[in-house]
Amino acid sequence: MPEGVVTPPPAFPRGEAVGRWEGMLRFMRSAGFRFALLFAVIFIGASALFALVLWYATAGSLDRQTDAAVRTDALGLIERWREGGPGAVSEAIADRLASDVEGTAIYLLLDANDARLAGNLDRWPPGLPPEATWTFGTVQREGAQIEARLYAIELGERYSLVVGRDVAEKQKLRTLLAEGIAWAAVAAAAFALLGAAVLRRAVEMRLRPAALTAQAIAAGDLSRRVPISQRADEFDRLGGSMNDMLERIDRLMAGVRGVSDSIAHDLRTPIARARAKLEEALGEQTDAETLRAAMEQGIADLDHITRVFGALLRIAEAEAGARRAAFAPLDLVPVLADVAEFYGAVAETGGQSIAVDLPVRLDVVGDRDLLAQAVGNLIDNALKFTPSGGSVRISARAPARERIDIVVEDTGPGLSATDRARAGERFFRADASRGTPGSGLGLSLVRAVAHLHGGDLFLEDASPGAPVRGLRATIRLGVA
Amino acid sequence: MRILLVEDDAEVARFVRKGLAEAGHNVEHAGNGRDGLFLAASEPFDILVLDRMLPGGVDGVRLVETLRAQGNRTPVLFLSALSAVDERVKGLKAGGDDYLVKPFAFAELLARVEVLARRPTMDAPATRLRIADLEMDLLARSVTRAGKRIEIQPREFRLLEHLLRHAGQVVTRTMLLEKVWDYHFDPQTNVIDVHVSRLRQKIDKGFDRPLIHTVRNAGYMIRAEA
Repeated sequence: MPEGVVTPPPAFPRGEAVGRWEGMLRFMRSAGFRFALLFAVIFIGASALFALVLWYATAGSLDRQTDAAVRTDALGLIERWREGGPGAVSEAIADRLASDVEGTAIYLLLDANDARLAGNLDRWPPGLPPEATWTFGTVQREGAQIEARLYAIELGERYSLVVGRDVAEKQKLRTLLAEGIAWAAVAAAAFALLGAAVLRRAVEMRLRPAALTAQAIAAGDLSRRVPISQRADEFDRLGGSMNDMLERIDRLMAGVRGVSDSIAHDLRTPIARARAKLEEALGEQTDAETLRAAMEQGIADLDHITRVFGALLRIAEAEAGARRAAFAPLDLVPVLADVAEFYGAVAETGGQSIAVDLPVRLDVVGDRDLLAQAVGNLIDNALKFTPSGGSVRISARAPARERIDIVVEDTGPGLSATDRARAGERFFRADASRGTPGSGLGLSLVRAVAHLHGGDLFLEDASPGAPVRGLRATIRLGVA
Repeated sequence: MRILLVEDDAEVARFVRKGLAEAGHNVEHAGNGRDGLFLAASEPFDILVLDRMLPGGVDGVRLVETLRAQGNRTPVLFLSALSAVDERVKGLKAGGDDYLVKPFAFAELLARVEVLARRPTMDAPATRLRIADLEMDLLARSVTRAGKRIEIQPREFRLLEHLLRHAGQVVTRTMLLEKVWDYHFDPQTNVIDVHVSRLRQKIDKGFDRPLIHTVRNAGYMIRAEA
């Protein structure tokens, strides 16, 4: 075989068939198909019931009318028989035939020798037993074959009587009706199938956006969201839930990204600095004292890194909701009073004052330590940026049944709108704060703690419009 | 003091052992939980310093649970890289007495070890604490120095009480934060220093002999001699 010539792979004729079969199976397994099938079954069942009722009310009613007429006729003739014997019956039959305008009545009276005494039948219907029975049969009347409903009785003394009605007209009506119902059944089946197909398609169409979004997300595009229609139906609710879930995942992912960014930046930088300093001290001709100072500095740098790391972990813990295990019912008031007192000493040394405005009691379910730390961070921030002589005000209240606001206000320079929007991002530090110590993680933690407690952190001007606008930070807790 | 250190990381173990020995303690070391449990159960120690995660099938928590089940009440200090609150609570619930997260400063470890090992015996609850001419009445909640009454706030009272209960021992800032305020977070600023300095103002100012001393790189200590 010359090189370059590749034998084509053997064809698998069964492959396609199997594929089609599997496709069929998948189609039948789809929820849309099942809904559609259910719809079709219910639709056809309802149509059948409808036809049944119709049949009973029309064709059935006609039959019953005929039977009633025959029975009345027969009873009347039996009465005559008892009163007057064969002669009276023959008379009565003749009368009735004479008054039968429609020409549908059938009578035949035979004597013991099977001789015809009266009636319009040529002979006894073949196969009809001479006792009280109802039958349908073909009879010979005045030379013509007709379809009739018959009732035969033996009157006594071997006289027998047959009473009947020509049902040809009614049969015709019946046939018409049956045909109509048959056509209606075909139409109903067609509608059922059409409806099923439409339903299946509708379900598929409504699910398609969600399915496409889920696929895109599975493929890694987390920015996709399920489009929500205006209908506010089940599918929209499902889509909404999916979007909420995606929002949460996105936030967590952003958090993870944020952590790696911040690890890259705010941990690497001090590590690099510490390393450089240590290396420098080692490389130069230095005396023991300098070396010692360098090592102490190195340890201080490492401690700083540890603290940043600890803060990051704590934020991550709060954001992941892992700290909910430490949730307990507690009264927020002493917690806040303690924190205010704790930082009060710092305020005093800085020439600032802390004012506290708390109600008698505020019940929450939460993590005492995290709440204290969050409020502590806010107070710490406020004290850092409030000049000497300024004041920080801590208040809390429950403006609504399931809400508690913890407010920390200061008389510092406040934050510009753009800084406010970015505050709370990890490691964000407004330009004004570059000179002060801090990791830039304080507000991130506050926000994470607020989220953990079903709330959020809000920042605004404490006194808008004033030359020194101050900052008002509100931790809003959702009381679960 | 006789101290049992159970720590699998050789470097940390060497460092802790050396430091404790330099501070005048007698340290036994086990590298895994099984050996640690054997030693702790068979020999008397003043304190156990345990890593939370240990090889050998017996981790720190299991070790303490086993010891406590045997009625061994030796104080236990956990060392752990697990800082989550749940982990801390788990360690303390199992019967640990204190919990120190890695990395730690040796001074912090030493201070905690000494405070734990010399825990005041609880059979005679003190109603008065005294050092030099400073006296604290725990029932009347009053403080006097050289017979002169000192006005003190409730939190300062607790701070002073804690220092006095561990007179002659180093108490670190974190220990004060945990024991006096029951906070387990980093307050970012030197709040503890500010509180101690306020207390110092009231206790030591105007007296020729200061009682509250700062221990460099470690914390504070209240003692009579300068």
